[in-house]
Amino acid sequence: MIIEGKVWLFGDNVDTDAIIPARYLSSTDPVELARHCMEDISPEFAGDVQEGDLIVGGNNFGCGSSREHAPLAIKGAGVSCVVARSFARIFYRNAINIGLPILECPDELAHALSPGESLRVDLHRGLITRLSDGSCFQAAPFPPFMGEIIRQGGLIEYVRERIKNI
Amino acid sequence: MTGQTMVEKILARGAGKERVQPGELVNVKVDLALGNDITAPVAIKEFTRLGLKRVFDPDRVVLVPDHFTPNRDIAAAEQAQLLRRFAGDYGIKHYFEVGRMGVEHALLPEQGLVRPGDIIIGADSHTCTYGALGAFATGVGSTDLAAAMALGEAWFKVPSTIRFVFEGTLPPWVGGKDLILYTIGQIGVEGARYRAMAFCGPTINNLSMDGRLTMANMAIEAGGKCGYMEPDQITFSYLEGRTGGPFSAVYGDPDAEYEQTYHFDVSRLQPQVAFPPAPDNSRPVAEASGIQIDQVVIGSCTNGRLEDLRAAALVLKGRRVHPRVRLLIIPATQLIYRQALEEGLLATFIEAEAAVSTPTCGPCLGGHMGILARGEKALATTNRNFVGRMGHAESEVYLCNPAVAAASAVAGQIVHPEEVVR
Repeated sequence: MIIEGKVWLFGDNVDTDAIIPARYLSSTDPVELARHCMEDISPEFAGDVQEGDLIVGGNNFGCGSSREHAPLAIKGAGVSCVVARSFARIFYRNAINIGLPILECPDELAHALSPGESLRVDLHRGLITRLSDGSCFQAAPFPPFMGEIIRQGGLIEYVRERIKNI
Repeated sequence: MTGQTMVEKILARGAGKERVQPGELVNVKVDLALGNDITAPVAIKEFTRLGLKRVFDPDRVVLVPDHFTPNRDIAAAEQAQLLRRFAGDYGIKHYFEVGRMGVEHALLPEQGLVRPGDIIIGADSHTCTYGALGAFATGVGSTDLAAAMALGEAWFKVPSTIRFVFEGTLPPWVGGKDLILYTIGQIGVEGARYRAMAFCGPTINNLSMDGRLTMANMAIEAGGKCGYMEPDQITFSYLEGRTGGPFSAVYGDPDAEYEQTYHFDVSRLQPQVAFPPAPDNSRPVAEASGIQIDQVVIGSCTNGRLEDLRAAALVLKGRRVHPRVRLLIIPATQLIYRQALEEGLLATFIEAEAAVSTPTCGPCLGGHMGILARGEKALATTNRNFVGRMGHAESEVYLCNPAVAAASAVAGQIVHPEEVVR
């Protein structure tokens, strides 16, 4: 799967309270949650983000609470992929479990980017290309087990298969 | 072949294997799966998609409406109702209604639902609290909870373990909260990302169970997958008389491999205060001296236990909250609330002009019961001080132990407790 989109650039340690403040957690609807995504750290994000845009973060993206509402809000906002130098572990598994594409990228990429520039991402190969100059970066590959969850469209589909085979 | 850590052994047992290696992906049987009124609704929605008539074991699923309860608004009421109905429909034994409930991570150990050697997942990041009893416990998301409710299993990457050895007798007014804030300050908010954090050494051997629970609770604030103390006599005394059945404690081998070992001499540790906007921004209380505060919160899964309330009462006895300050005290469970009543702690709080509330996570996550306005500063015994955590994006949260919180509520500014209690 190939994704192309504009970059929203964030720094290190973007926490889940920043991604979706707890005051909005009375909803489980991704579209409703998306209206408040990044509200406290980037007030223009929710209004300006376009379908297919990418989020690029620094280290430890998604740290803090276990709220799955965080990747749901990002997905609901139409973001096609989150690329970061590293992810907090619960956010990482949540994103895989709900089928939000995420990639761990090398340091040089996050350093090189400017807000608003565009990337092309080959999810299958983990290849990230800057459209401005054509430079390529290789993301860390998924272990086969996680690849299988992604291939089946998320953890629930994976579990459905497991139940059939029990 | 080298030995294994406690976490490696517990995960190997859960996976039905002789041994496991850090980095290995394993599928393990879970002893307990937990959700709350924020995370369980998403899990229930996903679980329903599977079309199953029962959960894997109705006695091993725990549902606690604690975040936005007593219901803060209609939307929250409907989420709580969803939990209640699901618990009824699926015969969930451990559903705790308002009036019988508590903040989940204070409640489960208290109710004897956590045993050494257990594997526990919770759709709440502070599930790592139960490591204080020698369990492997970690936070997951709602879909993980849904999968666990269906299969009784969860997948994990086996973490490597960082060991923290604490030495020295703690000075007065210094406890588990200060040890963990100091530790996070030393290694940073991602210093233990994906790792298990083993807390040990003479200081830990002498630390109360409440203090240990506080420490393990905040392992996640360093990015840890879990934090733990190996079970000892203090653990076993705590477990006595609780409802937990038989268990088999697990210990790391003497030749287990740790990724890294830190030695901290804490004999001169000052009470710690974590400045906004992250828990690793911790400094000695002296450096926070004079910061004026609008609200103080004593409670939460981190510091709402009886020992915490006793420490606060010791400071507040015969004193009054500063006229400019609102002090909220929230016993973490119904049982703690009753014990505080019986010991006279609640009377002390009320006479000091604190607002005392029924158990709820409420203000800790800016949910309800104590939201901050623009520009306000709070000092809290809770676990996070991110931007907007307790209310307005331009409000601030400082983190500390219960004695510092109580003393500062009296002083109207952040102070060392010994400045109030002479």
